Amino acid sequence: MKVSTKIAKKNNLIALIFLAPSLIGFLVFFFIPFVGGLYYSFVDSPIGGSFVGLANYIDLIKNPIFQKAGYNTLIFTIISVPLNMIISLGLALLLNRKIYGRNIIRMGFIIPLVVPVASVVLVWQILFDINGSLNAIISAFGFSPIDWMKTEYARAVVVIVYLWKNLGYNMLLFLAGLQNIPPEYYEAANIDGASSWRKFIDITLVCLTPTTFFVFIMSIINSFKVFREVYLISGAYPHDSIYMLQHYMNNKFASLDYQMLTSAAFIMAIFIYILVLILFRIQRKISSTLGG
Amino acid sequence: MQINQHIKKKLGNIVLSVLLFTMVVVFLFPLIFTIANSFMSEQEIETSYSMVSANSSGQQESAFASEYANIKLIPEMVTIKQYYTALIKRTQFLIKFWNSVIIVVPIILGQIMVSSMAAYAFAKLDFMFRDKLFFAYIIIMMMPFQVTLVPNYIMASRLGLVGSYSSIILPGIFGTFGVFLMRQFMTYIPDAYIESAKVDGASQLRIFFTIMLPMAKTALAALSILVFIDNWNMVEQPLIFLQDVNMHPLSIYLSNINKGEMGIAFAASTIYMLPMLLIFLYGENYLVQGIQLSGIKG
Repeated sequence: MKVSTKIAKKNNLIALIFLAPSLIGFLVFFFIPFVGGLYYSFVDSPIGGSFVGLANYIDLIKNPIFQKAGYNTLIFTIISVPLNMIISLGLALLLNRKIYGRNIIRMGFIIPLVVPVASVVLVWQILFDINGSLNAIISAFGFSPIDWMKTEYARAVVVIVYLWKNLGYNMLLFLAGLQNIPPEYYEAANIDGASSWRKFIDITLVCLTPTTFFVFIMSIINSFKVFREVYLISGAYPHDSIYMLQHYMNNKFASLDYQMLTSAAFIMAIFIYILVLILFRIQRKISSTLGG
Repeated sequence: MQINQHIKKKLGNIVLSVLLFTMVVVFLFPLIFTIANSFMSEQEIETSYSMVSANSSGQQESAFASEYANIKLIPEMVTIKQYYTALIKRTQFLIKFWNSVIIVVPIILGQIMVSSMAAYAFAKLDFMFRDKLFFAYIIIMMMPFQVTLVPNYIMASRLGLVGSYSSIILPGIFGTFGVFLMRQFMTYIPDAYIESAKVDGASQLRIFFTIMLPMAKTALAALSILVFIDNWNMVEQPLIFLQDVNMHPLSIYLSNINKGEMGIAFAASTIYMLPMLLIFLYGENYLVQGIQLSGIKG
């Protein structure tokens, strides 16, 4: 008993040595100021403000611009994340077969991942402008041109730009997951005379569950990063339908409205926290029923 | 019958390949477009795309011209004048390029060191609150930049860093993505290596530097590339922390020339993506393996 606590103490110390640089940075740049930042969300002015309780949060939730930004972020995530996961799974399934030029095709889909956002902004602008090339094609077919970035269609454009950049990453993750499924599973299913569909549902999808969780997390992270593209294409005040929470917070920062900004940041943080928590719960449940 | 099926399968694969190749060409279109146009003269670009308003404020109504921008992939006359203008006549461009390098290199080196050490602790050592702390790291990793913006800013101004590169580099070094990626990888290195080194009397530090780091080379390379990608792309942080325009990295400078001078924008964009493409061609396997290893359940 005494010996084991001694070992535990020693282990803690060794771990602390390795952890120290990262932990100090984590505490100084993220954790402490983050918790400290809570203060701003409970006062009415950043300097010498008095405590107002939840007033900032109530104001924020009632604020139509915040509502719109939150709604847009939610809609974008709900549409783009599953779309990204389904298409990249499809690509991975196709590339997992013995097709010609597999490596070149794989490379083609990953390249957008390494292309800097600012390098291709001009291309998106030329394509999706009212006088842009896409409209040239559309009007050649006799349809009237669409102002892509300044109508509801902007949402679709942002989804396309997001998919363009992120499909490759997810495809790689799914490919690795597929290659880790033991071929014996399929052989056994073949002996049982299982249909391709059954094999896909019962073997492929089940074995891909851990990968899918990771893909989901990465897709969410990357869906927040699409703000860079949106910002570079259409600035701090884009069309209503693509005004995201990130725009809201950026603009609140620009106008020095720290109370609203920190309140919004905390609401978003709580959402992400709950999401991750649920995800981990589900993952634990599934891996325990799988007998892992 | 057997042969027939074989041919059918082969044919199916060919059709699939052709389809996927077509998709790849569509995917690479923005790159091809940018590179092709970087060799055009200023007049040619002007006449092709000047009707695109390309303003960054969404407030203004875009003017509808009866002409459309026509995609041109083959220059009437190949010229490298745009490169000459961007690289030699505009001193700004090289300064901004250098600024990007100054920001990115310390972040890569720092994050590799800091996060591989922490990852070792998370993957192979037992200590109090390990899982809780790791959970906190994941949460921070998922937050969009704007959520940690005010905390970061408060700390930077407390430490007197606002306006200096440190205000961007330091939070960059301590980003938690590296810890996450390296931990996933290190969990897969068998404990037996550590145990046998311990029997030989090696200290933990020695084990880390002589066993873990060399074995995690692939992951380190992948992490470097991923961190490079992410920070070479940096847009939000410099806008907030660096008031001095001369200190801005290329990413922001580029989005500003996009608006005014389309002529050199393509050449500048091409130069900007060149380091990324070279590193990708050189390190594709590392990148692919690194990403794939991070996805296996740890």
